Amino acid sequence: MADEIILLDFWPSMFGMKVRIALAEKGLKYEYRDEDLFNKGPLLLEMNPIHKKIPVLIHNGKPICESQIIVQYIDEVWKDKSPLLPSDPYHRAQARFWADYIDKKLHLLGQRLWRTKGEEQEANKEYIECLKLLEGELGDKPYFGGENFGFVDVNLMPYFSWLYVFEIAANFSIEAECPKLITWAKRCMEKESVSTSLPDRQKLYDFFLQLKKWHGIE
Amino acid sequence: MAAISLQTATMAEEVKLFGTWASPFSRRIEVALKLKGVQFEYIEENLSNKSPALLKYNPVHKKIPVLVHNGKPVAESLVILEYIDETWKHNPILPADPYEKAMARFWAKYMDDKLWPAATKVVVSKGEEQKAVIEEIQEQLKTLESELKEKKFFGGESLGFVDIAANIIVFLLVAQEALGLMEILTEEKFPVLHEWYQRLVDDAVFKECVPPRERHLGFFKARFGSSTASK
Repeated sequence: MADEIILLDFWPSMFGMKVRIALAEKGLKYEYRDEDLFNKGPLLLEMNPIHKKIPVLIHNGKPICESQIIVQYIDEVWKDKSPLLPSDPYHRAQARFWADYIDKKLHLLGQRLWRTKGEEQEANKEYIECLKLLEGELGDKPYFGGENFGFVDVNLMPYFSWLYVFEIAANFSIEAECPKLITWAKRCMEKESVSTSLPDRQKLYDFFLQLKKWHGIE
Repeated sequence: MAAISLQTATMAEEVKLFGTWASPFSRRIEVALKLKGVQFEYIEENLSNKSPALLKYNPVHKKIPVLVHNGKPVAESLVILEYIDETWKHNPILPADPYEKAMARFWAKYMDDKLWPAATKVVVSKGEEQKAVIEEIQEQLKTLESELKEKKFFGGESLGFVDIAANIIVFLLVAQEALGLMEILTEEKFPVLHEWYQRLVDDAVFKECVPPRERHLGFFKARFGSSTASK
């Protein structure tokens, strides 16, 4: 009996992208459903009644919510292929720590880049500092996961698809400040699981312009 | 609270916990370590004067709790709990089944993402705003109650990951009492959760890991007291 996997998602969502990458890493077939977040469908509301948010993974009828929880679930169920978390508890803890850091700090700072008027300089600086910290954590490794693409790589890559948008919107470039991260991102994009999971840059930028309008920011 | 320091003659595990007596996040780690019977040294931090050790072990956030196991630090309470569960495998606090585990992680995160912010808001808000926050908290408690259902604990027969994360409720109710707020977790509104809560605070291990009551009440009164509540 084959697994039935449905992903309720929204194509520009960084959180959704994480799950897409994880599913692709494991070579899993699934049904992708794009939700209209201004008009949430009944399945989303049924499967995530608590938060009413995407992404939601529905595996054989059972829903899992919250992107980091979904990615770990995928890693634990389909454990024989492309493990995303290391096996050693200490390294697992470090991976979870950095994924948490990305979700909390980087995400928040990314939002401040385009939502706060008048604080651009400060917001840019903090964002870059955050990235630099991550770059330090990467060190000379090919991936955050070491020799292999792993949990932290899955969590960070989606931000790089949005980075293009932020760089234009907030008028800054990270190329000079975080060259190692740029190299790392290019390396990740060479993986099919990543390149097929991230949206086209231009499409994302167009979406961003709409999002700004919706938020009343010009 | 004196540091508990245990040294054995052989090449032993060295486990240290940097925490503060009034932090639910810090207390969670104590519960887990005690459930597993892990000996540890506790170091009480002064958050207005953080020790060089803390800053060294958690340079990113500079926060407690930090667990240091044989010199290697782990930070963020839920991350630490998972580390403890994976390192000392007896008396597991997380389920083995991946789906059940995902559910446990979801509800623990709910405590941190929903209940905690509301709890911190309730102590600083006043009047109508405070009433609204209390209502919000009660909605959250209703949600938790329907998740608990017939189970003895969120973890099943014994305390688990979600019950430990739910220690925030203890802090909330002590604050409620200290500040003279209306009763939040009433037996009438939350028959199931109210019973669970009694079981939680009566649990032999859990009850060793809550702040001393009088001191805790005093802490809330001193910090948030005076004009918040009706007398």
